[in-house]
Amino acid sequence: MKRNVQIIACALLLSGCDNAPPASEGFAGLGQDATTYTPVLRGQALRFPADHGAHVGYRIEWWYVTANLIDEQGHDWGVQWTLFRSALHPGAETQGWSSPTVWLGHAALSSPSSHQYSQTFARGGIGQAGVEAQPFRAWIDNWSLASTSGQGLDQLQMHATGKGFSYQLQLTSQGPLVLHGDYGYSEKSGQGQASYYYSQPFYRVSGEVERHGQRYPVTGRAWLDREWSSQPLSSTQQGWDWFSLHLENGAKLMLFQVRQRDGQPYRAGTWISPDGRAEALRNEQIQLAPQAWTRQDNGRQLPTRWRLQVAAHNLDVQVEALQPHAWMGTTVAYWEGPVQLQGSSTGRGYLEMTGY
Amino acid sequence: MLSVENLYKSFITAQGSLPVLRGVDLHLPNGTSMALMGESGSGKSTLLHLIAGLERADSGHILVDGTPLQGRHEAELARWRRLGIGLVFQQYNLIGSLDVAANLAFQARLAERHDPAWVAYLAEHLGLSPLLQRYPEQLSGGQQQRLAIGRALAARPSLVLADEPTGSLDEASSDTVLELLLRLVGEAGSSLLMVTHSPRLAARLSRQCYLHLGRVQSQAA
Amino acid sequence: MSCVRISLLALLSHWRRHPLQCFSIFTGLWLATALWAGVQALNTQARADYARASTVLGGIAQAYWAPRQGQHIDQATYITLRREGWPVSPVLEGRLNLVGGNTLTVRLIGIEPLTLPQGSAIAGQTNEALDLSGFIGPPGQAWVGPDTLQRLGLKPGVQARTEDGQYLPPLHLQGQLAPGVIVVDIGYAQALLKAPGQVSRLLMPADFADSAPHLPVNLADTLQLQTSSDAQDLQRLTESFHLNLSALGLLAFLVGLFIVHAAIGLALEQRRSLLRTLRACGVSLAELISALALELGLFAVLGGLAGVFSGYLLAAVLLNDVAASLRGLYGVQVAGQLSLSPSWWLTGLSISLLGALLAGANSLLRAARLPLLALAQPHAWRAAHSLWQRRQVLLAVVLTLLALACWQFGDSLRIGFVMITALLLAAALLLPAVLDAALALLGRYCHRPLAQWFIADSRQQLPALALALMALLLALSASVGVGSMTEGFRKTFMGWLDQRLAAELYLSPRDTAQAQAINDWLKAQPQVDAVLPRWRVDLRLQGWPAQLFGIIDHPYYRQHWALLEQQEDAWRQLANGQGVMLSEQLARHLHLNLGDRLSLPAPTATANLRVVGIYADYGNPKGHLLVSVDWLQRYWPEANFYALSIRLPAQQVSTLMAQLQQQFALNNDQLTDQASLKRWSREVFERTFVATAALNSLTLAVAGVALFISLLTLGQSRLGQLAPLWALGVERRTLAWLNLGQTLMLAGLTVLLAIPLGLLLAGCLVAVVNVQAFGWRLPLQVFPLQLLQLVLLGLMTSLLAAAAPLWQLLRSQPADLLRQFADEA
Repeated sequence: MKRNVQIIACALLLSGCDNAPPASEGFAGLGQDATTYTPVLRGQALRFPADHGAHVGYRIEWWYVTANLIDEQGHDWGVQWTLFRSALHPGAETQGWSSPTVWLGHAALSSPSSHQYSQTFARGGIGQAGVEAQPFRAWIDNWSLASTSGQGLDQLQMHATGKGFSYQLQLTSQGPLVLHGDYGYSEKSGQGQASYYYSQPFYRVSGEVERHGQRYPVTGRAWLDREWSSQPLSSTQQGWDWFSLHLENGAKLMLFQVRQRDGQPYRAGTWISPDGRAEALRNEQIQLAPQAWTRQDNGRQLPTRWRLQVAAHNLDVQVEALQPHAWMGTTVAYWEGPVQLQGSSTGRGYLEMTGY
Repeated sequence: MLSVENLYKSFITAQGSLPVLRGVDLHLPNGTSMALMGESGSGKSTLLHLIAGLERADSGHILVDGTPLQGRHEAELARWRRLGIGLVFQQYNLIGSLDVAANLAFQARLAERHDPAWVAYLAEHLGLSPLLQRYPEQLSGGQQQRLAIGRALAARPSLVLADEPTGSLDEASSDTVLELLLRLVGEAGSSLLMVTHSPRLAARLSRQCYLHLGRVQSQAA
Repeated sequence: MSCVRISLLALLSHWRRHPLQCFSIFTGLWLATALWAGVQALNTQARADYARASTVLGGIAQAYWAPRQGQHIDQATYITLRREGWPVSPVLEGRLNLVGGNTLTVRLIGIEPLTLPQGSAIAGQTNEALDLSGFIGPPGQAWVGPDTLQRLGLKPGVQARTEDGQYLPPLHLQGQLAPGVIVVDIGYAQALLKAPGQVSRLLMPADFADSAPHLPVNLADTLQLQTSSDAQDLQRLTESFHLNLSALGLLAFLVGLFIVHAAIGLALEQRRSLLRTLRACGVSLAELISALALELGLFAVLGGLAGVFSGYLLAAVLLNDVAASLRGLYGVQVAGQLSLSPSWWLTGLSISLLGALLAGANSLLRAARLPLLALAQPHAWRAAHSLWQRRQVLLAVVLTLLALACWQFGDSLRIGFVMITALLLAAALLLPAVLDAALALLGRYCHRPLAQWFIADSRQQLPALALALMALLLALSASVGVGSMTEGFRKTFMGWLDQRLAAELYLSPRDTAQAQAINDWLKAQPQVDAVLPRWRVDLRLQGWPAQLFGIIDHPYYRQHWALLEQQEDAWRQLANGQGVMLSEQLARHLHLNLGDRLSLPAPTATANLRVVGIYADYGNPKGHLLVSVDWLQRYWPEANFYALSIRLPAQQVSTLMAQLQQQFALNNDQLTDQASLKRWSREVFERTFVATAALNSLTLAVAGVALFISLLTLGQSRLGQLAPLWALGVERRTLAWLNLGQTLMLAGLTVLLAIPLGLLLAGCLVAVVNVQAFGWRLPLQVFPLQLLQLVLLGLMTSLLAAAAPLWQLLRSQPADLLRQFADEA
């Protein structure tokens, strides 16, 4: 559910005049009714490789990669590569400027001492950005995420560049795709808001990051998320906190909470064992509490240290931002950056916080 | 007490320096009147101008109640004219664009000593009451002169300087105007220093002073 | 403070008795400010519109890629560059004819809002704040400024229709958008402009352009970097136009200040005794000067307010003509309605204050030096006056030397105006001395007593009337100068038009393909005597926009294309591809003479040609060049087939026009006959000078008012001088006539002096200012009838001005005259 943020970016930017959403609606207008788009239904089986490609008819969709990397000196780095697809209005995809599609790319590079990011936009229908399922290829301008083997998402080359930074990474998967929720049907609230959501959390990464002209060879892990939907947020939901964690023992954990305007947050997650088996986590299985706060560029305080407990798996960790100022000052702004784990397990991962 | 001591004044002309006052001495106790006589060019008007602070003396002293006038700033001299003296000039020097009432009260207003009852009294006794809404050019010579006298007295100055105030009037009118001037100066409690050519008028003042060639030739009480 | 207040009230009471003087000062400030503010309003509005036009895509667009050849870039090039990581954004621009309430040609700009460089503003709106889905649509939005909307006669939300039946997206009002511009999403623009898959240019963020990026090798041949913006071009092209307006405004301002100066000076003279009385009553000098300054400030504020307001009205009246001339001359769009910022009003007011201070400073100074006693006064004043007159003559000599120096060494429009100003001021300053000398000369031949008095008294009046006469001299000579220049230009221009527009039909094809088809078709028509095709390339020569035309070798040109200068065999050299001809203004700008070599930056090589001819090209702000068409196509294979001129018997014109329209679906703009073209050119020309002529006559009117006021105020003091004559037995009626004669003599002499001065001014205008402003030099022509008109106008003004004081004199009662004696006693 994470990335709705950005979506938002799209949604806000692109459909700002739809029925003038009242202020009571959720973050960046995502709570609007979208019945004219294809609805997200339980029990629809995902099909690959077709589902790696774009889903015309759905309002929003993203290809989202985060990577935790270490250079030769042992310093932590973080990388984000994201492509959002958003439809300005329902309807078939067309060629040329009349296409209803708008593409949005976000890229970021976090080092212990800095956080750099970039964004770019493209219209659909003209070839400036797009996604092809087989062989897999996603691009916007000169940023790309593309299969090098022709086999699904197994081996990917990932590249992006921004002001003062760039990266060129090879991703190789070491495990299967993981479907979240109910075989890929991922609920976001008790009222039926949902998305299709699968991940590839088992990437090994090698390559190079470049910052202010200096190149650093890096290795590490990456996590790819694929999600598409037509109405992911309930109108009383303000924003969310989303975690993707690589545990030391090879297990992975995805979990999020959607903060309600009044009342308890809605929490859900997936426990992924080292061999790729997924177990959905319910609301009551997850304990999550902010511990420390950092003031960001927008002047707001954001929690950059959390206590996370999943009793069913004996997990009790402090999750702390490696770069507490990982603020994405993009058109729609949010926080996204690498984290480290201490406690019952160590590890690395990514945290995203929106709606603050 | 106005005291003039050893006063000198000369003017620069195309023909060179022309001495006008050559050591004038003169004393006028408060509340008294003095007629200043002498032939044309004897320096009467110049003496009046020096006392009024309109010009500066070359040397000598003018003392007002013991305080010297010379050495004062332009603004202090203006204040002296505003508060200390009333001028009745040869040409009446009324303000043509203001009506009689405004002319009459003008200096008193400037001095911030406007006393409506006193001004009304002056107007009444100077015969100006029915003419208050008129403009100076609509008045006869005698009326204009009386207006000038009224304006000079409106602020109750300690000293009234008059330069041939009745020079352009016939004998009868002159007498009437002088009568008024003397009476009102007395009522205001002012001293009077008046330039005149007429021994007949001079005789009616408490003192007479005769200037000749820039010096006091004779003084009589 | 109370002293200042009471003094101020006493000073102000003066005006109640002298309302005319009050009116003069007020009028002077009013007129001066009004004309100045009016001109400034016109200039400000026009400049704001240029700025708006050039910032349709604001903040960015300082740099863009443009096609090396042709009009368009393939959209695939845009994608290629984006995929290379270049932050470019496509723009498609073109002209579109809209029909509807009114027919209107607009500049249609298609933009791609998502890729516009960050922080850029579209018509004043940041692209971050843009309603994207509304703009992209469907149905999308067609952004339009209020002025264009009004001229279209449509309401927001309505879809405007193009000439060929397409509909624009619904109109959407954008207050900041420049007049004559419509902005749509690039998708709609490609459809409307019939350019699918085409863009005009690729914008870059300024910081990226600064990093001097290198194009991919395969694109380097097709794109070129452009960094100069439209705004600079517009500013440069129209600068001289606005400078001319400013100069007229400044002249009017100066004349207005003359009035103020004269009236304030007179008021001071009349209030001498009042000032002395105030001082005698105990008002200090500082208080008195403060009161006078306050009074002046009061006048300035009132006159300034009235002036700025009238200036606004004046500008509103003239704006349509100015807008039409700018459209006709430079093809720029200026709104037909004024929208001025508060700062314009404030500036107008401050100018009035400044003017009042300038005009009144002398009087304040004199008031400060005013002796307390009247004694030695008149003598001293006269001495001061003669000293001032000597200084005036000295200043005039210095100014004349300055004008000569400008003439000799100046090479810019500003210097040209400095020269003219110096010349005019010198003449004005010399005027009293010249008139005095003339009167002295006349006096030698007058022996009868009344005649002697007539001359002597006129000389005595001179100082008081001098300023008014100077104003008359300035205004009249400006009229003569500007009138001669305008009239001369009109004559030259019309003659040139008749010669240049000798073909019967003029045709602008849609594109090269259509042009070829029409050319072939025309050649097959038996009634057509000749078809003269023109090919065109747009380029820049030393930064100056220029158009290079390729023509065929045809006797038509030898007959009708008049050359100002030419080498022997010029047309043959041109046809051989050895020579180039260029317009007078371009030759001047490039400092080229006959026989010099001109380098032309062709796409593949630099081409060199000898200048073999120079021709007039009046009214064209861009450079104009002629070469042979074969040569042009050799160096510029992509040149456009731009236009066709057709010669045929006059009675066949309408038939052929109908055939052409039917055959090639040409619209009215594309096909024009000689008569319409000439009519259009004349209209542009006439409108160009409407504003000039209006301002010019207003300036003359101001001078008339100045003279009128001076005479009127003088008339009041005249009684004193006339009374002795009356007492000596001269009839009042005779006195009145004598008085009128004096005025007319002085005014007449001034008018006579204004004629040579005006012609000198005209000479400067055609030989210096026109050359610097427009690049062309006109022959100086004298129009005796026009001069006679102006002489009569000047004399009429004087007569009118003299009439009122005369009336006053005739009506004066013996008692008034007697009083003069009484007051003197």
